[in-house]
Amino acid sequence: MLQLLNRIDRRVIYLVMLGALSWAVLAQVQFPEEKSERTQVVYDTIEKLPEGSRVLVSLDYDPASSGELAPMSAALVRHLCERKHKLYFMTLWERGGGMIRQNLKILKEEYPQMMEGRDYVNLGYRPGLQVAIRNAMSDMRSDFLTDARGVSLQGPAMPLTRGMKSFQELNLLVCIGGGDPGAKQWVQFAASAYGKAMIAGSPGVQSPQLQPYIPNQLTGMLGNVKAAAEYEILLIKGFPQFESRTGSRDAQRRMGPQLVAHLLIVSLIALGNFIYFLERRAG
Amino acid sequence: MRTPSRESQVWMALFLMGLLGLGWRALAIGNGRGYVRAEDYRFVDARPLLPQHAEAKAPVWVRVYPVRPPGVTTGPATGWQIIQPDAPPIRVPENHPAVAWTHHAPAVPREFGDPAVRFSPARTVGIWTAGFLTLFALSFLWGDNPFFKLMQALVVGTSAGYAVVIAFWSQLVPNLLGNLWPDLVRSWAVPGHSAAKPDWLYLVPLGLGIMMLWRLAPVGGWISRWPLAFFVGLMAGVNLVTVFKADFVQQIANTILPLVVIAPDRSFDPWGSLKNIAILVSVVSSLTYFFFSVEHKGAVGFVARIGVCVLMITFGFSFGFTVMTRITIFSSRLQFIFDDWLWLIDPLGNR
Repeated sequence: MLQLLNRIDRRVIYLVMLGALSWAVLAQVQFPEEKSERTQVVYDTIEKLPEGSRVLVSLDYDPASSGELAPMSAALVRHLCERKHKLYFMTLWERGGGMIRQNLKILKEEYPQMMEGRDYVNLGYRPGLQVAIRNAMSDMRSDFLTDARGVSLQGPAMPLTRGMKSFQELNLLVCIGGGDPGAKQWVQFAASAYGKAMIAGSPGVQSPQLQPYIPNQLTGMLGNVKAAAEYEILLIKGFPQFESRTGSRDAQRRMGPQLVAHLLIVSLIALGNFIYFLERRAG
Repeated sequence: MRTPSRESQVWMALFLMGLLGLGWRALAIGNGRGYVRAEDYRFVDARPLLPQHAEAKAPVWVRVYPVRPPGVTTGPATGWQIIQPDAPPIRVPENHPAVAWTHHAPAVPREFGDPAVRFSPARTVGIWTAGFLTLFALSFLWGDNPFFKLMQALVVGTSAGYAVVIAFWSQLVPNLLGNLWPDLVRSWAVPGHSAAKPDWLYLVPLGLGIMMLWRLAPVGGWISRWPLAFFVGLMAGVNLVTVFKADFVQQIANTILPLVVIAPDRSFDPWGSLKNIAILVSVVSSLTYFFFSVEHKGAVGFVARIGVCVLMITFGFSFGFTVMTRITIFSSRLQFIFDDWLWLIDPLGNR
């Protein structure tokens, strides 16, 4: 038996993992979530902003990270819209334009009263990595000429950006970032350099890098899909209309497979150690 | 001809059975179909319509929105209007010249029946391609194979092509050509471009760009090193002060913490104190581990060992988060396969 366990092909483990996760997804397994103090800080930061505050939403990720970050963006954008803040969407990633469009779809379907140019603007993809952030914070007028569709930002259809000199005029920076450039660069070149309040959303793999910036350089962070699920819980509690709204539990749905996979991994680690100690005892 | 091994025959049979099952399901329920919603984008020259632009010399393009009967939000427009944030809408005359195009946004099967929503063969092919490519990517877990290689080549090629197109339309056209020849760019590509006159300073980046591409020429490849050197110098300069301030000076400031924390109600806060002590001990011990000018023996060795423990905890923390991220990505791909492609589940009520 010991020899059989020792000789298990790695592909069998992959198949077991595939089976476990497929079951969790097909059965739509969900578990109750409890909010954490860190998620509450992010929620309270948006809640305490005066109605109509101007907020940057930089979606610096691509389809590869959208599994983890799209539910987070959707929850934050819904909260910002409920609080009637003015939104400035942009991305530093060339494949991030689609991520902005996903969130604009939420605005169109759930907040049809919000008008492009008056309540939100899509600044689109901004090339130049951290230089783009620096330009936006110091003087945006030379780089930010039109929105993503080619409409002049200084024209009559864009009261949100007409006369605006830089992002220093914004009340809050929100960056959902999947890598570089992303939340780290926004902290370095915007929040720290200009003393702006900032909230970051990041995949689990990146969040240890952002941890040291909290709370002095970064107001709050949603660090993985678990934090996004907690945020959805807070949002549903604060705005009960989300209870039945389509897509308002996306992160919670992803936590079911997460728990099943974690249980399986912990079991396999325990089994591996058990076999190792048995072998050692047997000499 | 070499006969495939028994294992290969079994896999081939399973693969064919899977394909037959997929085909049967697609014929029976039509899973994996994609739909799009047509959205009209129309811009007009606002000079004859808005008094504030009557004096403008160049066209002032503003977006106009469809006029529909009360209660109707979709379908053909009966006219067009300029919507102003702080004033009533202005109706656009019927024959007013306009720049217009139709954008096709993704729609869900439930919306089919709406006059603006139609079946999209291109999107359907996209969903099926994405489904198969996901399986091809996962097939690497079983071992390297031609399907994985095909997927890899497609991802690399598509990403590169997409990046070139996006860079052209988001960077070269508005930022470079738009500043050198604004009228041409306004009439050809970006109607709302606001640069009034050419800025010849942009000939410098144009020249640097041409020098960068020189490496493709058969002779003079060294010329591309100059713009590269400029770029490296620029990024070093941009990063130096800012990153030093954010990641060094302010990080030191973040570790200067009170070891005895007093709560706002003037009581002693044991957890806050413990947290600050833990931060201080972790920083000092980790730095000691990397301090090699003194041999790690005695007290220094003890502190360095604490530093090793702190580093191990940090690596474990990072590893846990990494596992979490990978599982989320995997489960979101499974969700795509079971929901968008195979229509086995419908958590969002899309159908």
